[in-house]
Amino acid sequence: MKKNILSALLLLISVGLQAQEKGTLLIRNGTVLTITNGIKENSDVLIKDGKIQKIGTGLKAPSGADVIDAKGMYVMPGIIDAHSHIALSAINEATSPVTAEVSTGDAVNPLDIAIYRALAGGVTLSHAMHGSANAIGGQCETIKHRYGTVDPEELKMKGAPRTIKFALGENPTRVHGSGNGILPRTRMGVEEVFRNSFSEANEYMAGWNEYNAKKNQKGFKGVAPKYDLRLETLADILKGNIIIHCHSYRADEIYMLMQVCKDYGIKRLVFQHVNEGFKVAPELAEFGAMASVFSDWWAYKFEVYYSTAYNATILTENNVVTSINSDSRELIRHLYHEAAKTQKYGSLPNDKALSLITINPAKQLGIDDRVGSLEEGKEGDVAIFKNHPLSIYAVPMYTIVDGIVEFDRENDPADMRIYPNPEEQIDVTIAVSDSEYDRCMQDTEFLFNH
Amino acid sequence: MKLIKNILCAGAVFMAFAGYAQSSKGKSGTFALTNATIETVTNGAIQNGTVVISEGKITAAGTAVTVPSGAEIIDCTGHVIYPGMIEGGSRLGLTEVNSDARTRDFSEIGEVIPQIQALTAVNPNSVLIPVTRVSGVTTSLALPSGGMFPGTAALINLHGYTPNQMYAGFKGIVLNYPQSGRRGRFDRRTDEEINEAAEKALKNLNETWGKLAEYHKLDSTITASGSNEKLDYYPEMEALLPVYRGEMTLLIEVNASNDIRSAIDWVKDKNLKVIFTGVSEGWRVAKELAEANIPVVTGPVLSVPTREYDRYDRPYANPGLMQKAGVKVAIRNNGAENVRNLPYDAGFAATYGMGREEALKAITINSAEIFGLEKELGSIEVGKIANLFIADGDVFETKTQVKHVFIAGWQIPMESRHTKLYDEFLERSPGVKK
Repeated sequence: MKKNILSALLLLISVGLQAQEKGTLLIRNGTVLTITNGIKENSDVLIKDGKIQKIGTGLKAPSGADVIDAKGMYVMPGIIDAHSHIALSAINEATSPVTAEVSTGDAVNPLDIAIYRALAGGVTLSHAMHGSANAIGGQCETIKHRYGTVDPEELKMKGAPRTIKFALGENPTRVHGSGNGILPRTRMGVEEVFRNSFSEANEYMAGWNEYNAKKNQKGFKGVAPKYDLRLETLADILKGNIIIHCHSYRADEIYMLMQVCKDYGIKRLVFQHVNEGFKVAPELAEFGAMASVFSDWWAYKFEVYYSTAYNATILTENNVVTSINSDSRELIRHLYHEAAKTQKYGSLPNDKALSLITINPAKQLGIDDRVGSLEEGKEGDVAIFKNHPLSIYAVPMYTIVDGIVEFDRENDPADMRIYPNPEEQIDVTIAVSDSEYDRCMQDTEFLFNH
Repeated sequence: MKLIKNILCAGAVFMAFAGYAQSSKGKSGTFALTNATIETVTNGAIQNGTVVISEGKITAAGTAVTVPSGAEIIDCTGHVIYPGMIEGGSRLGLTEVNSDARTRDFSEIGEVIPQIQALTAVNPNSVLIPVTRVSGVTTSLALPSGGMFPGTAALINLHGYTPNQMYAGFKGIVLNYPQSGRRGRFDRRTDEEINEAAEKALKNLNETWGKLAEYHKLDSTITASGSNEKLDYYPEMEALLPVYRGEMTLLIEVNASNDIRSAIDWVKDKNLKVIFTGVSEGWRVAKELAEANIPVVTGPVLSVPTREYDRYDRPYANPGLMQKAGVKVAIRNNGAENVRNLPYDAGFAATYGMGREEALKAITINSAEIFGLEKELGSIEVGKIANLFIADGDVFETKTQVKHVFIAGWQIPMESRHTKLYDEFLERSPGVKK
């Protein structure tokens, strides 16, 4: 019995260790697309204990290290998706226009097969976002695709900056204004939600500041303000500790949020989707706001009817730090192809097109000092392609996270589920008509079933 | 005087409005596309060739071509001429802003409404159409959806001002074959409920078909007797009768492998003209499909595997696996606003096993053949309708630019909402400061 407990304990420890494991790996003779430092032909990338130790030629593999022969292949940084909902068991806390207190980090699902399928598209890291039902939604989680672990904590990228989801336009006004009959029903109301919330947070902070300043004074008789996680979070935004990632479409609402942020001294602002970002590209650039866009999605709802697939190019050429995201468990599997569409729509050069799915999303998540390019000292997240990743003939061959090979096209079995449901008898065949649009609005269907 | 002023004003307003019309006009005439690589699809590639377009048709294609006098010459040096891509089943023209029910016209109320005509609801002035055709997709099957027999699909060319001007010569009646599986992750029904629903749906189908058989008998008897008697007005059966008699195509939408098997069985002794559409699990039953000699329009290729335990690349590989087993395969995008991505659906199929040549056929000649229009569409051949486009490279490569598009001989303006917004906003003026 004791032995059983002991082995169970050992198993637990080994599961933990395995997930935290950092790999040592030599990738040889590839065409290395560093993103930040040009292209290095016939070069090696040595990853030691999960970090890129050296990029060069004729590198020796440490004893016992795995070696990948990448001759004739392209080696690039692991692809980063700045907008995704994979690996989440809940997306929208659609119960109030402001839910800054909740966090998708509490709903991470490491069993989601979509993580593996994203890896099979070269994606090593994603931003697991709250949905867009609320003007101020929940906090989001930046996750690394360490597929195979059953511990949600192991997916989290420790030390990544905190982020929060905001949303403008049709979704919050539909859910709360039309759905619940409360503000916001219009884009005017959405602005009001932000101004109210930040003003309350300012008062909250002032209350605490006053209390903290006086509490140790002799004869102080006051009590601490009531602790409020929602206001704490909003205060952290005002202090610059949390990056806003705001679901947005129309130029006017994008402009509005920039004005609000200016008024409250908020600088860390990334717009998501931002289909009409191209219309206010000079203003975005001046503010220093960034943009994470679809390659070509449009017309699925009215607020994206006046958009263009040239959005990413126009934003990039106007010096807005731009990324291409998926917001879809389908699209996340071929972000390299989505980035290539900027060459159809605006003829972006290779380096700029690849930046859209590597260093730029890393900047938007505040992790560009750790990932997003192949540089010595950065984390060993790598995607290896047969054919250039921007070509339609590109095939992801290996995907590596922290030096661990998580995807190997030649050697992975077909069934990669971690936990098959033993009770499921009838096959789940996902009809093609089940479109993935608006995953951002998942968990809000109950509001519209009448 | 005031009246004249008002009329002038109205005229000015009208002209201003016309200035904002969504597209410049197409241009017809005689065109000579010279010095091109011609991807004929049916006869290989011709280097340094010329294609002549006149009166809507391809009148010459090859290396020894005399350019007719008066022809407008388009120098295609370094460029490739492809036949127009054919989308095998989409909502293009039937929807505008998909979240807005007022702009959705693809799904009518009713389980058995085969007489409902998709062509009627095609909006020739949809903003989505120019966005699609400037990428080289010239033709699309407008597909109704919904109940068991949701209507009649119609093939349209993506240029024209009335549905009839756009009509490209093929109609087919859609049957959504009963689904026996769970419809997806959000299908909360129990196994029993699913089985019951599937049995009931198949029973409904067979009952409808039984009525049709009776209708056919009555109609045949009346015709044979030469009597003037007419059957009671029954538009559903009237629409289905040519399908029953094998004179009109039945497009059977079917995806799960069990359902495909069941559908193969269902059509077996019926002597129908049949196309299977969707067929996302065709790779599981490719041999049976080939043996049954049923052509397939499959897609979207860029979709998630139908089952959690399937290999991640099955949707990419599906068209190639069916084609290699001997199935005639066409590829569809199945969307609406992004049907322009059809070459990428085919491109992924090409990359994951189908190969370039077969993938190109799957969006050109195979589609034409499946729709019975192999004499009119799908390749660069003399006598065919001049649906073609000129690109600066491989049609599948994402970066490739489409330079010119011709639809039924009309030169299409290379502009859309997307290009116009690019032109206006790449270097916005005024910028930050006015």
